[in-house]
Amino acid sequence: MKFTLSWLKDHLETEAPLDDILYALTDLGLEVEEVVNPAAKLTPFTIAKVLHAEQHPDADRLRVCRVLTDEGEKQIVCGAPNARAGITVVLCKPGDYVPGIDTTLGVGKIRGVESHGMMASERELELSDEHNGIIELPSGEVGDKFVDWLAANRPGTVDPMIHIKITPNRPDALGVRGIARDLAARGLGTLKPLDIPVIAGAFDCPITVRIDPALKTKGCPHFAGRLIRGVKNGPSPDWLQQRLKAIGLRPISALVDITNYFTFGLNRPLHVFDAAKVTGVLRIHPAQGGEQMLALDGKTYTLSPGMMAISDDNGVESLAGIMGGDLSGCTPETTDVFLESAWWDPITIAATGRALRINSDARYRFERGVDPAFTLPGLDLATQMVLDLCGGEPSHLAQDGAAIITTRAYRLDPARVISLVGMDIPEAEQRATLTALGFTLNGDMASPPSWRPDVLGEADLVEEVARVASLSKLVGKALPRAEPGVPRPILTPLQQRERMARRTIAALGYNECVTYSFIDEAAARLFGGGGDAVRVDNPISSEMSHLRPDLLPGLLRAAARNQARGFMDLSLAEIGPVFTGGEPEEQQLQATGLLVGQVAPRDPYGSRRPVDVFDAKADVETVLSALGAPSRVQITRKVAGWWHPGRSGAIGLGPNVMASFGEVHPKVLAEMGVKGPAVAFTVFVAAIPLPKVKTPTRPALAISDLQAVERDFAFVVDKSVEGLTAVNAALGADKALIASARIFDQFTGEKAEAQMGAGKKSIALTVRLQPTDRTLTEADIEAVSAKIIEKVAKATGGTLRG
Amino acid sequence: MDLTTLRAKYIEAVAAAATEAALEDVRLAALGKKGEISALMATLGKMDPDQRKAAGAAMNLLRDEIDAALRAKKAGLADAALNERLRSEWLDVTLPGRPRPHGTIHPVSQVMEELTAIFADMGFAVAEGPQVESDWYNFDALNIPPEHPARQEHDTFFMHRAPGDNRPPHVLRTHTSPVQIRAMTENGAPIRVIAPGRVYRMDMDQTHTPMFHQVEGLAIDRDISMANLKWTLEEFCRAFFEVDRVELRFRASHFPFTEPSAEVDIRYSNVGGQLRIGEGDKWMEILGSGMVHPKVLAAAGVDPDKWQGFAFGMGIDRIAMLKYGIPDLRAFFESDLRWLRHYGFAALDMPDLAGGLSR
Repeated sequence: MKFTLSWLKDHLETEAPLDDILYALTDLGLEVEEVVNPAAKLTPFTIAKVLHAEQHPDADRLRVCRVLTDEGEKQIVCGAPNARAGITVVLCKPGDYVPGIDTTLGVGKIRGVESHGMMASERELELSDEHNGIIELPSGEVGDKFVDWLAANRPGTVDPMIHIKITPNRPDALGVRGIARDLAARGLGTLKPLDIPVIAGAFDCPITVRIDPALKTKGCPHFAGRLIRGVKNGPSPDWLQQRLKAIGLRPISALVDITNYFTFGLNRPLHVFDAAKVTGVLRIHPAQGGEQMLALDGKTYTLSPGMMAISDDNGVESLAGIMGGDLSGCTPETTDVFLESAWWDPITIAATGRALRINSDARYRFERGVDPAFTLPGLDLATQMVLDLCGGEPSHLAQDGAAIITTRAYRLDPARVISLVGMDIPEAEQRATLTALGFTLNGDMASPPSWRPDVLGEADLVEEVARVASLSKLVGKALPRAEPGVPRPILTPLQQRERMARRTIAALGYNECVTYSFIDEAAARLFGGGGDAVRVDNPISSEMSHLRPDLLPGLLRAAARNQARGFMDLSLAEIGPVFTGGEPEEQQLQATGLLVGQVAPRDPYGSRRPVDVFDAKADVETVLSALGAPSRVQITRKVAGWWHPGRSGAIGLGPNVMASFGEVHPKVLAEMGVKGPAVAFTVFVAAIPLPKVKTPTRPALAISDLQAVERDFAFVVDKSVEGLTAVNAALGADKALIASARIFDQFTGEKAEAQMGAGKKSIALTVRLQPTDRTLTEADIEAVSAKIIEKVAKATGGTLRG
Repeated sequence: MDLTTLRAKYIEAVAAAATEAALEDVRLAALGKKGEISALMATLGKMDPDQRKAAGAAMNLLRDEIDAALRAKKAGLADAALNERLRSEWLDVTLPGRPRPHGTIHPVSQVMEELTAIFADMGFAVAEGPQVESDWYNFDALNIPPEHPARQEHDTFFMHRAPGDNRPPHVLRTHTSPVQIRAMTENGAPIRVIAPGRVYRMDMDQTHTPMFHQVEGLAIDRDISMANLKWTLEEFCRAFFEVDRVELRFRASHFPFTEPSAEVDIRYSNVGGQLRIGEGDKWMEILGSGMVHPKVLAAAGVDPDKWQGFAFGMGIDRIAMLKYGIPDLRAFFESDLRWLRHYGFAALDMPDLAGGLSR
């Protein structure tokens, strides 16, 4: 919303300086976005008088003038043809910046004659394009500030333009008068009365208006208008043009300018029809669908069923409350004008405006809510302005329907206001504020004015009182602790886990990323997503069309981007949500790490080697352990399709999968544009079971002073036998005695098969025996070894390697 | 051979031995089972007691002396050998250490933990909610009815609706405010929560990304006022920005879900491109806030006649940028390794109030 200071002062009697007004506006919730003050660049200039002018000795076109200024007589050389004795001029002194020539003046010598400043033309001061001569003022005293003279004589030229942001709840502030009312309530002046003229119609309006019954209760309860015949529609007067220009509107003609003036001045959008082009009754009706109209913006719109239209016998003449039609629009030749003032339902206007994508000043206002009680007063005021500026003769009123009744009242509870705001605002002040804003107070009940559709409850009264009292005066007051003492921990187990996962993964050397929750469809499809349920209907780009089904695609894309910059070895991770479907509950937390390229840079120690699946496995086991997953887990090969089928696994407890790890499928890698090798892991954070009992107490430490014994075994087994089978079998041989068992070596490949037979490999197992009651004898060890060999052989189908 | 000659012979031999092996030969020759001194001592048995006493003492003396010389020489040889070894073991210690990876925490995660530390101390729990939201939670329950102009100003992403499913489309939550509703519905009042998380708006330019992070704050009790809100935010900003004092300015504004509503500005200065919070004469908007609208309380099943309180919403990425001098929002989500390393935090750099939030 833009307006000028002088426009504001049409409605507000005030002596307040501009800065005070600007501060109050922002403080009241009418946030000032921009102020353009044309006077600012003119402040140095003063009024002077030319005492004497004579020909320059060395130049035909120059004159040497003696000029009386506030600092005495000065000599100024001037090239203007009108520079002569006796005229009152605008003086720019040495040191002044002259905006129109973008120059800071100095004392100059022009063809050998000193010149102490200049006398300005309109163009040099950016007042107009006039540059035929210097400004000759009809009045003004030597030494007066030129801006003061302008303010008194040509106020439009120094009128500050103020641009404020209007929140959606304040349609009343979409008119200058509403803004003035707020400032008056704040105490920055007095709201001037608005006198509504009595328009005596000279004849019956020849245009009949009729609201279709379908619209009368909601869409258009009230439509009014009046014909004014014999008008002369030329350019509007300078002051009006200047105001419209100042707020960025193009003056068109007096009639059109008047409608814009009312739109911005009083938040009363109007429409003018050229009555000569209207045939028959003006009908306000819902569109049947398919009607077309060439609008004032030069575009043709096709109406959908239910949109509100104003039609005559020629068809649709106006998109009701949004934009008029070109056919019946006013032109400089218009002599008879039909002036429309109506009230439109905000919701219907909003829906139509959105559907047709028209952003007009009228739509903007009607969809936020225009004062329904001001339809007729607005019409009368506008009629008077047409008569004043264009002449003519008004008809009687033509109208259908009536203003909707908005009367309602809410209880003002001064104590509650104080309790909510936390500021001591006396009851009298609260009541005075509401009264100044146009509320009617009756006992403790407050009725909002018709121009405040946003006030719908007691809380709204509190807001009005608070903002006028000024929230910037609010003094903070300690919020007492909910409970005394040391604050309780507040994170849920899952939140703690999320943190632990993040910190552990970073400690393992990953750089945490935050990637977008949406990815492109192709990438989503590679990872089991990309369906319609997770499709964004209005994506910002095709790269962000689907909610991600997994964190890997985002990390792979990030890896590809980094590789394109020359970073080939990467450890990237993300801890964040993925989406298994389009419902709110179909969101899961994942923690994913991705290793690409080599584990280390080249160094003298040979640390560099390609990442492999066991790097990912080590990391995922560390994360799982940090999150409290049990140490005895199952590892299966039931993994999704984006993993290398032979080099990946899922870690779980029964059917509950806690994590996946492995090499990324080479095909997926190629499609994502990542140069491998690449291994990764994903932890499904919520799938890790929580401890059944939460206690800080650790189980007692059971250690034995008796010597533990380690024994190694090597077995020849089929190539496809998994090490864990052997480990579990060994552990089962004597649960009391065997503390641990693990694979410490394997021998595979051509050489192994040459030695042990085709399709065979050897695995080496170390088993730790920890006695608890007595030292083991050789016989004890032999016995348990035999059992281990038997169990492992049975479980793996292998034999002890001789 | 007399003892003096013997002594001289072996002391000389010990001195001459250049290696441990040579020294061992000397020892065997002198003190070994068949050594010269051992052999000499074996003659003592045949002597008469007086003779034996005198000769024995002299021989013992000789034996001990030679033994000590042998030991001293041995130690000397070992030291020399070690010194020689150490000399040969010289390495170029300016070579790089063995590579270790250095992981980093993303600034958004770090700042979320900072927020949590501060608000946890004031008794706020952390609430969460889904990012795909029904339009009821995202709008209606927050007093933004379907035709409210505020809905259009939210630049909402809508989820696809299958044909035949006539529910209004779900949205990607445009703010963290729906978590207010979920938290109150679940826990009732009194309640104090913050809700940090991802939010989505259809906007992408120099300063906007279609996804960013917000933190919502909500405190509901019997008599919480806007003055409490101001104090809470002042305390938060002071602790978060790690300055001695901050100054906030409340400006009346409008949000459908709070009433009264205020936008909050913080005082700052810009010295040579560096922002300093708490000083100077500039004001910057950092958050929106207000007293929770009675309709919002009611929508979440909390009786607005008995309970009241405040809510606020703040951009996490934005305050991270302010605090840590990060210039560009878009870079937050680009995962440029150089950026992650430069602006990231060490794994063990965990913010807490006792140690201060940042290092």
